[in-house]
Amino acid sequence: MFNYNFRWNQALSSLPQMLEGALVTMEIAILSMAIGIGVAILLTLFRLSGNRILSAIATTWVEIARNTPALFQIYMVHFGLGGFGVHLSPYLSLLIGIAFNNAGYLTENFRGALKAIPDTQTRAARSLGMTPIQAFQNVIMPQMLRISFLPMTNQMVWAILMTSLGAVVAMNTDLYGVTSDLNARSFRTFELFAIAAVIFYVITKVITISARLLAARLFRY
Amino acid sequence: MMFDTALTTNDLIFLAKGAGMTLIVTGISVFFGTILGIVFGVFRYQVGPWWAAPLTFVLDIFRSIPLLIQLVLANAFVTTIIGWRISGFTVACGVLSLYTAAYCAEIVRGGIESVPQTLRRAARSLGMTWGQDMTSIVLPLATRVALPSWIGLALGVMKDSALVFIVQVVELLKSTQILITRLQEPLFLLMICGLFYFLISFPIARFGGYLEKRWSND
Repeated sequence: MFNYNFRWNQALSSLPQMLEGALVTMEIAILSMAIGIGVAILLTLFRLSGNRILSAIATTWVEIARNTPALFQIYMVHFGLGGFGVHLSPYLSLLIGIAFNNAGYLTENFRGALKAIPDTQTRAARSLGMTPIQAFQNVIMPQMLRISFLPMTNQMVWAILMTSLGAVVAMNTDLYGVTSDLNARSFRTFELFAIAAVIFYVITKVITISARLLAARLFRY
Repeated sequence: MMFDTALTTNDLIFLAKGAGMTLIVTGISVFFGTILGIVFGVFRYQVGPWWAAPLTFVLDIFRSIPLLIQLVLANAFVTTIIGWRISGFTVACGVLSLYTAAYCAEIVRGGIESVPQTLRRAARSLGMTWGQDMTSIVLPLATRVALPSWIGLALGVMKDSALVFIVQVVELLKSTQILITRLQEPLFLLMICGLFYFLISFPIARFGGYLEKRWSND
């Protein structure tokens, strides 16, 4: 027991590569959130449209995203679409998989936020002569995004953590992929992954704390 | 047969075993994670934020690091550093239990905080002990607040249990992957796999939503 020689120096010497990986991780998380928020707004509109086919699409999306593992969704994008002859790069598969998941969860968050906005506001906006789209865009959506700001930062943290799932589609440029490549060469498993864990921890903390500060500044009233 | 497939009965049994493994890992982790989570949650509430700070910090780590890395680290730590010869299954259950406990502690604390202080003081003034107050006043009221979130957590753990493939546990998604490599029918096999997760998760999630709605109205 405990006759293990830690070689932190060897692992630390690959820190620059891992930090580059961390940048890719951030990039995927931010892009997937941007796409996710966009799609979620669209799905929310589908739900509000009153059209049965459109709201069925939204419901199906949300239920699949929320009731199957994120890993399965990434798998489906990479290997499932392969069955249709669509072959995506690991990067794209991971990005689309996470964006799909984000969109599902965010749509559900938006639904909760919409409950907090009184119906009378829509009616007031409509009687001022706004079109339904204008009412949504200028009156409802800003409030909806504000109410769901904290759930959105949670989802952002999830997106960061989900990038590690790129492992199953042979993604090797994100933080997890870089770490596991280095591990395959040096077998300093514990040291390398401990460093990766610290980087992940710092990233998630920076995001949550800065989001909290931002929220305190933006929504002071 | 609608699909022309090379899937044999043996393969289906193989998939069913994977599904069983998913359920076993989930069951064990949720069971131990919930017990630990209740202990941690009550402790955190009882001693206040300052004394609970170390525990809060440790539990927060479990929620800020990808589960995949937690599993790899725990596995490396136990098998190569300490040198215990334990199975990947044990490591997976251990890590997932702590992971569950980290989230469960938060839910438990939220549940206890939702019980009005005045109600508890009234209970204590009637001569109830701390234990009586906890079991007859706090438990029933906090459960109403916490149970829907707890159901969500349990389902989350089931979905996250897909990651235990990294410590050589063959659960549903991994067994699907093994079959995909052999049969080369990714879409069909993934559909079966996804359907299984969906059929378990969807009704329970709906039930949780129903409870939440029903219990929040009175």
